[in-house]
Amino acid sequence: MKRGLNAVLTVVISFCLVAGFSLASVAKAENIKVGAILAVTGGASFLGGPEARTLEMMVEEINAKGGVNGNKIDLIIKDSGANPEKAISFTKQLIEEDKVFAILGPSTSGETMKIKNIVEEAKMILVSCAAAEVIVNPVAKYVFKTPQKDSHAVQKIYGTMKDLGITKIAVLTGNTGFGNAGKGQLEKIAPEFGIEILASEVYDKKATDLSAVVAKLMANKDIQAVVNWSIVPAQGILAKNMRQAGWDVPLFQSHGFGNIKYVEVGGAAAEGIIFPAGRLLVADILPDSNPQKALLIKYKNDYEAKYDDQVSTFGGHAYDALTILVAAIEKVGTDKEKVRDAIENMKGVAGTAGVFNFSPEDHNGLGLDAFEMLTVKDGKFAIYTK
Amino acid sequence: MTPELFLQYLFAGITYGVIYAIVAIGFNIIYNTTGIINFAQGEFVMLGGMIAITMHSFMPLPLAIVVAVLITMVVGALIEIVFIRWLDSPSVLRMIIITIGLSILVREAALHIWGESVRALPYFIGNEVTSVSILGAKISPQVLWVIGVCSLMVAGLSLFFKFTSLGREMRACSANRRAATLCGINAKNMVTLSFVLSAGIGAVAGCVMSPITYSDYEMGPTLAIKGFTVAVIGGLGNSLAAVAAGLLLGIIEAFSISVLPLAFQDAIATSILLLILFIRPHGLFGSSDLASLKEF
Repeated sequence: MKRGLNAVLTVVISFCLVAGFSLASVAKAENIKVGAILAVTGGASFLGGPEARTLEMMVEEINAKGGVNGNKIDLIIKDSGANPEKAISFTKQLIEEDKVFAILGPSTSGETMKIKNIVEEAKMILVSCAAAEVIVNPVAKYVFKTPQKDSHAVQKIYGTMKDLGITKIAVLTGNTGFGNAGKGQLEKIAPEFGIEILASEVYDKKATDLSAVVAKLMANKDIQAVVNWSIVPAQGILAKNMRQAGWDVPLFQSHGFGNIKYVEVGGAAAEGIIFPAGRLLVADILPDSNPQKALLIKYKNDYEAKYDDQVSTFGGHAYDALTILVAAIEKVGTDKEKVRDAIENMKGVAGTAGVFNFSPEDHNGLGLDAFEMLTVKDGKFAIYTK
Repeated sequence: MTPELFLQYLFAGITYGVIYAIVAIGFNIIYNTTGIINFAQGEFVMLGGMIAITMHSFMPLPLAIVVAVLITMVVGALIEIVFIRWLDSPSVLRMIIITIGLSILVREAALHIWGESVRALPYFIGNEVTSVSILGAKISPQVLWVIGVCSLMVAGLSLFFKFTSLGREMRACSANRRAATLCGINAKNMVTLSFVLSAGIGAVAGCVMSPITYSDYEMGPTLAIKGFTVAVIGGLGNSLAAVAAGLLLGIIEAFSISVLPLAFQDAIATSILLLILFIRPHGLFGSSDLASLKEF
């Protein structure tokens, strides 16, 4: 038995060595190495999965066209499983061993916050695909992010509530970095819109049934609407539990709802959910004058043709991250400092999340207009109208 | 608290409770014949749900569920035959490590087959917004399905173990494997059968709960932890105790929400588990004399 085990180990080790060497021989000196830390598996795989697929698709396309200024891109994707500890060690590995040019991702806010200081110290460009505003506020010199700001999403939601005459709400958040950041913004901005939060509950990111908490909130007759802020399947579960309990107050979700799969699994209960999102989800019905339209439709068609998967805004965040990096390299070449400066001064670059206008004070570059209020109608996303 | 609210919490608790209980019973069946905890139990639940969802695009729902349960049972049998059967008197620790490894293997395989997205079976009756009113509390008909199907399974299993010769042979193996072998019972086949049975009931649970909780490739470990907690609270090996413990835990969790923030829901299960392990390590309904005779 022992000998058998040893033999297996030997085979495994030699396989790893061979794989390692072959990878090393592929990488040539003039190639640009881009690292990506994405939650391809684990609790946030619905973010990391589309992000990884998007990057692979784009890099393939860029390299087929001859690369960026003649330099091909080597994409190194590390699967963090949404685990901050893994994200930290992968960051160090990418910086010290792989010596990458820049890092895209991580997928989640919690991971990004853990590595923010590491990349800053190593002067490594990081374009995060995570949403929380704390990533770029306060601004770190080398850290950028592509998803829209939490505070803008909150302002959009509260603005819609004001139009509907809603002033007393309940807030539900998932216990993730995204949920916590959203909860903070919801509480901070509420007074500006004259909105009062009557109840606030946090649920586990793996929650599979929320009917008990729905019963608790429903007992409070003053609550006029519910805001749910999370990126997990519980978004759909909450909708079902509310409607089954016969509670028909409006349900608002965060921009984390931007995945048609949540609508599919939510079924009839998802109808009428109101949420802010980028325009990717409604690319087909945008007016032709919109600067994003052409690129949104191309990305959507390419992605859906290549993979047996529907496009989501999350993959779009990775699309934007690589687009921005490539645009900067095209402009100033492969000097890290120059590329950083180029990103910081980039104006009017259309991405999936909106039109990016970066500045030294704003490393997100998106305005309030990057969001559109959407709703679910007949199992599809539609632009919300009162 | 109004009576309606009380009932609403109660039904939520019973729903959680029966699901935990079914997973716990899966643990118990295998524990009884082999003396090990099969940590891949949650994966059987996942497989049942996921396979049924895939099958449902080719065939009507009832057939899809039957096929999914059968396939999962075959997977359960294969796991036992390939990884466990040929081991000569393995230690408990080794078997446990093997099942943990298997659970990771099954999960990764599921990730490759189905990807990371969440899926759900359609509701058996009505849709996502249908609800029935029971004494003023509104619940989904699917909750009644979960409670009904799980109760039937528990009753069926009790009858099976009590009145069929196969069931009695399995119990004989659990009481004393050597004596059972001397009596002409093929203990190895009984172990395979226990894997098939627990895979089957796990898969059924995975199908009936899928419309409520959704299915994805990594739902297994969370369920396994809750099921394990319930199995320990009830007393390892005792299926009826698992039902009682499951309902108890589910109802405590549901009512805890009315006084504690929702975020503490999972802490409650863990606290109860620790408490039981300190005060009554043989479980609420187990006997300490019996427990002291077992290896694990």
